[in-house]
Amino acid sequence: MTDKTMTPEEVVSRLRSGMTLGIGGWGSRRKPMALVRALLRSEITDLTVVSYGGPDVGLLAAAGRIRKLVAAFATLDSIPLEPHFRAARQRGAFELMEVDEAMFMWGLHAAANRLPFLPVRAGLGSDVMRVNPTLRTVTSPYADGEEFVAMPALRLDAALVHVNRADRLGNGQYLGPDPYFDDLFCEAADSAYVSCERLVDTFATAAPQTLLVKRHSVTGVVETPNGAHFTSCVPDYGRDEPFQKLYATTPWPQFAERFLHGDEKAYRSAVQTWHEEQGERK
Amino acid sequence: MSTTTTATRAEYCVIACAEAWRDNGEVLASPMGVIPSIGARLAKRTFSPDLLLTDGEAMIVGLDGAAEGWLPYRRHLAMVTGGKRHVMMGASQLDRFGNQNISCIGDWQQPARQLLGVRGAPVNTLNNPVSYWVPKHSTRVFVAKVDMISGVGYDSAAAAGPSATRYHRIPRVVSHLGVFDFATSDRAMRLASVHPGVTVEQVQEATGFPLVLPAEVPYTREPTAEELRLIRTVIDPDALRDREVPAA
Repeated sequence: MTDKTMTPEEVVSRLRSGMTLGIGGWGSRRKPMALVRALLRSEITDLTVVSYGGPDVGLLAAAGRIRKLVAAFATLDSIPLEPHFRAARQRGAFELMEVDEAMFMWGLHAAANRLPFLPVRAGLGSDVMRVNPTLRTVTSPYADGEEFVAMPALRLDAALVHVNRADRLGNGQYLGPDPYFDDLFCEAADSAYVSCERLVDTFATAAPQTLLVKRHSVTGVVETPNGAHFTSCVPDYGRDEPFQKLYATTPWPQFAERFLHGDEKAYRSAVQTWHEEQGERK
Repeated sequence: MSTTTTATRAEYCVIACAEAWRDNGEVLASPMGVIPSIGARLAKRTFSPDLLLTDGEAMIVGLDGAAEGWLPYRRHLAMVTGGKRHVMMGASQLDRFGNQNISCIGDWQQPARQLLGVRGAPVNTLNNPVSYWVPKHSTRVFVAKVDMISGVGYDSAAAAGPSATRYHRIPRVVSHLGVFDFATSDRAMRLASVHPGVTVEQVQEATGFPLVLPAEVPYTREPTAEELRLIRTVIDPDALRDREVPAA
């Protein structure tokens, strides 16, 4: 069977400017940050990013790579407002399709199920309808005759997700309490790339319901220990709160210069050095 | 008057929040904010024992923190549309008919201040009861018109039609000054009670639209001695409530 392992650089080499890119995780939780950092090292830009937004959105927005964002929010969770997302919005840096969290989910379901839309009650009466004038409603053909929002499929050119474990074939396992929507992102995408904390040989003894991502929906697998840093990847590690705070409070050019100018190894080393400096100050 | 009781303003707010979940039955109480969280736990410990609570992540937990169920985001969103949930959300702006904004301030195209985004406010307001908690009541929050309707108010739901109004309900709004509801003929916000120590004039002055005022505005009810004991020694021994609403 096909060994799908590749490097972050190989993943990025398969992406193109102008693509619609789905990013898994939720807020500042289990984001495929190593893949996002690899993307930042490339020239790829003009992206339509589809995300339950966290620092993935912040980093790509700060680096000017987003042409359009599809999201219900962007947050760092413990820091409610994502500073780079905010700044980008306040300077009108990209187009936004702002939808509700449930509308977003049903858009992914529609895409995964090859449907043009799915009906949802959410959105009616809210300004989501005002700021998305292309959204249409649909009337139930049954006796109730109710009217719903026809949430369009959020079909993706590519998806990036990060899980705790994966095998070389592309099966992915989550070990934390929440799968988020990573399986849906992969199924909604033409190609999906799964990074993982650790590659394993077999899932023979795995709890069945932890096997979230199935290989038929996966194009490439990348082993990236600490690949969700600085977001959480429980139970392997929690969020790096001090570092997230640094990210949120450091001017972008300064942060990028210190942490993002080199490869993933250089990033890990720079983060470690920063933590050691913090330790010395205590 | 406040001289007749030992309860603090934060504790009246806890009681006012807890009351939102009275007689709710076996539904998920989703409090956002410190005082609503204390209120939900107080309600479960006393008059609404059947409430479900989460750990703030993916587990449904009992009062002792022991897991009793699994509620990851995908199931949580399904629970919202099933209606077995009463959420108390925050609001950056809230208007006379209960439209709420957490998305952005100013023109949506290029906002003066980007906030969270609409998050789940649209799906929440159309599917399960939604109350609101405002720890700092001011004309900045209680505005004539919100900049971006995230949570749907009564007038917007009515304008959108029967699919929008079918499950739409805003049981109450609690602020550090009082309790509000929409029990009026045109669904305009009404002052339901003021917390002891607060005057009706003070509330109106801090509100950017005319409130419907009953002939006599009652005070928010007193906590019982047992409720005060639970709040102070069991649920919030570190007095986090006082940080959200400092003593008046």
